[in-house]
Amino acid sequence: MESKPLIGRPVLRKEGRSKVTGQAKYIDDITMPGMIYGTTVRSSIARGRIKGIHFEGGIPWNEFTIVTSKDIPGENYLALILHDQPFLADEQINHPEEAIVLLAHPDKYLLEEARRCVRIDVEPMPAVFNLEDSLAKKEIIWGNDNIFKSYLVEKGNIDTVWEKADFIVEGEYHTGAQEQLYIENNGMIAVANPKDGVTIWGSMQCPYYVHKGLVPLFELPPEKVRIIQAETGGGFGGKEEYPTMIAGHAALLAWKSGKPVKIMYDRAEDMVATTKRHPARTRHKTAVSKDGKILGMEIEFVIDGGAYATLSSVVLSRGTIHSAGPYFCPHVRIKSTAVATNMPPHGAFRGFGAPQSIFAQERHLDKIAKTLGMTPEEIRRRNFLHKGQTTATGQTIEENVDMDGLLSRAFKLTDYHTKKKLFAQENAKPENKIKKGIGFASFMHGSGFTGSGEKFLASIVGVEATPQGRVRILSASTEIGQGTNTIFAQIAADALHLDYEDIDVVQPDTATVPNSGPTVASRTVMVVGKLVETAALGIKQILIQSGHLQKTHTAQDFKRACKEYIDQLGPLKSFSQYKQPPGINWDDDKYQGDAYGAYAWAVYVAEVSVDTMTYETRVDDFVAVQEVGKVIHPVLAAGQIEGGVAQGIGYAIYEKCVWKDGRMANGQMTNYIMPTAADVPPIRVFFEEVPYAYGPNGAKGIGELPMDGPGPAILNAVEDATGISVNHIPMLPEDLMQAMRGSK
Amino acid sequence: MNLNEVSVQFVVNGKKQTVKAAPMLRLLDVLRENIHLTGTKEGCGEGECGACSVLMDGKLVNSCLIPVMQASGCHITTIEGVAGPDQLHAVQQAFLECGGAQCGICTPGMILASKALLEKCPNPSESQIREGLAGNLCRCTGYMKIFDAVKRAGTLS
Repeated sequence: MESKPLIGRPVLRKEGRSKVTGQAKYIDDITMPGMIYGTTVRSSIARGRIKGIHFEGGIPWNEFTIVTSKDIPGENYLALILHDQPFLADEQINHPEEAIVLLAHPDKYLLEEARRCVRIDVEPMPAVFNLEDSLAKKEIIWGNDNIFKSYLVEKGNIDTVWEKADFIVEGEYHTGAQEQLYIENNGMIAVANPKDGVTIWGSMQCPYYVHKGLVPLFELPPEKVRIIQAETGGGFGGKEEYPTMIAGHAALLAWKSGKPVKIMYDRAEDMVATTKRHPARTRHKTAVSKDGKILGMEIEFVIDGGAYATLSSVVLSRGTIHSAGPYFCPHVRIKSTAVATNMPPHGAFRGFGAPQSIFAQERHLDKIAKTLGMTPEEIRRRNFLHKGQTTATGQTIEENVDMDGLLSRAFKLTDYHTKKKLFAQENAKPENKIKKGIGFASFMHGSGFTGSGEKFLASIVGVEATPQGRVRILSASTEIGQGTNTIFAQIAADALHLDYEDIDVVQPDTATVPNSGPTVASRTVMVVGKLVETAALGIKQILIQSGHLQKTHTAQDFKRACKEYIDQLGPLKSFSQYKQPPGINWDDDKYQGDAYGAYAWAVYVAEVSVDTMTYETRVDDFVAVQEVGKVIHPVLAAGQIEGGVAQGIGYAIYEKCVWKDGRMANGQMTNYIMPTAADVPPIRVFFEEVPYAYGPNGAKGIGELPMDGPGPAILNAVEDATGISVNHIPMLPEDLMQAMRGSK
Repeated sequence: MNLNEVSVQFVVNGKKQTVKAAPMLRLLDVLRENIHLTGTKEGCGEGECGACSVLMDGKLVNSCLIPVMQASGCHITTIEGVAGPDQLHAVQQAFLECGGAQCGICTPGMILASKALLEKCPNPSESQIREGLAGNLCRCTGYMKIFDAVKRAGTLS
């Protein structure tokens, strides 16, 4: 009997029951015998030299475990891409949340008191707090020139187009920092001693990143460092690289105290000290013919990386490649730079550079349309990328991309043309103080690591069968709410014609699962999910080749075959390693070639009301139409888009990081405002499914895509409503007030 | 018993509890640490996010804002007390089926807020749902699937 395919069906979330009953164990829910608590003493000065550390107040310091950089058994750097960031500042301080001293004690209330009684003498040095000053080299604070990384992408010859152009349109666009604001704060528990090595439990996206960071910190052989993911309450990129820091700190305290140590950040510490989305500035200069053809694009994209290199080079890469949008243009030059400032390092956040540069591109296209007296729709339709055309990096699009079709569908679903006309009539009446507008953005998002990234990662997934005929998936991809456990189980069950309930997804633990790469970059379904499928098929192949199973089989046949095989021959496991699909070529030096194996394509439409008395903007309706390959799980997929759109609405009109001398001044949920149930519009999600040959059952990546569209769609709608062009996000009421008053 | 501690009695999920604690200790910490009910989560510690929501005498409260003394003599329901002995509560079942839980960290509080809402108003309109859940933040779902779950729960119970 052939079982019904699970892919495409809304099976119940694997770990859903434990989540709705409160049984799921997050890191703060776990304690260990003899466990003590750890905390971090930070600089408050953005840049300077440490002159002394003083332990003051009436604190019984002899009861405390105290760790400074002098206690580090191995190397004092956080291994990621460059080795410039220390676990604990030794002498030089480069940002105001730099960790300097670690404390541990069994009483967490006394611990907090003690933290406030450590005084650090710092000789201040001049600091840089924004990308303009860093670019201008007002002070050299990193390397020789403050530059972490730059890229140059060239297609055709941009210098030849300016003369031929009927219009040259220039614009400058800014996007602010954004806090990931997962509802579970960061936390880690460590057990560490020279004999057994280091074991970590914690909230994280990437167990093997933590592993990579802790091996040199303790100078231990890799097998002596073990990283286990606890249930994780959201990540969005915020638990990609920073958890390594916290794990290192907890492990240093455990190593010195000989006791298990838990470090649990509270909300304020999590908000001010951990990473945020990179602030960015994008400049566009575009040559356009009078019939609306884009002849050439010159783009300058700059991001503020904060004090250390961390992932900025890769964030910059994705932002650079996405900056030209889903448009065909024969002549392109993109210059991009990631610069250092004395702010806490900015890091991974859903979209990873793309939301920044796509905001600029999609606002700029509306500006071009306005300049030409053309509609925003028409300028895009005349330039959309089609199959067989090349992107800015010279990648020939082999997918059956249909941006026109997505646009038409999105317009039909929103009744765009009728509304646009109606709103214009209504807005013209002076008695209408609430102006309505409709705007949209069209964009794409590459799935998986950029360029040769996946080839270098060479991820591995294992699948193991038990004598009872259950199948266990061994992968380092983490469940962080997005549905890894569920979709992996669907994919494996379908590959082996088993029931969903027959599949277990093993808790990520570096001692038992292979390195499947990090849980980032919209790669979990498309790249790792494909490995799950091939590893599962490997099990079947082993059973067929050994004569235990026929090609067509039932779930019962499979279970019997597993038992017989294991009884006779021992463990039954299959591993699958990533191999680049044929025809993908990427040149890292020239930044040319196939940047991504596949893209998700989308058109998002926002309808807004702008109150011209209070300057408040409300999003009234939001339609998200996207082509993402095969949808593995309709409810989870829609949930990803809806959540991303809500986060994108926050990015556009609510969430502002206020900075004072490099520190976040509003590190609380009371004054950093994310959308609530009362704020979000109806978010209506529609999928087009065009299967991608190298994804599991044709699936492509989906997680980051929804972060890209809301910002520009909403600000385009605000311009439609008010005629006011605001080119920075977040756009709070006071920003709009300034812009509207300035225009009068 | 520490000099600063007091003895407080209350009922949690139908079971009488006596705890010795500093009077200003947060109900959240007492539930999690003294009674080992870790389903109630801390998100912000300042009453903004609702991850620590519990029912106190049937009313939805943020347990991070309740000094334990204030809970004296009260009946508290936490997420651990929502399901029946053999089956999930309709709200839990609906969250599971509709995709109302993603990462799960806001889920206990969200389920208690939904339960409180449905007890007051068995067939809430969408605007009543939005208002009823406005004190509970979710960063994963964009709330749509949570609204679906509350509507579905109304039909299941």
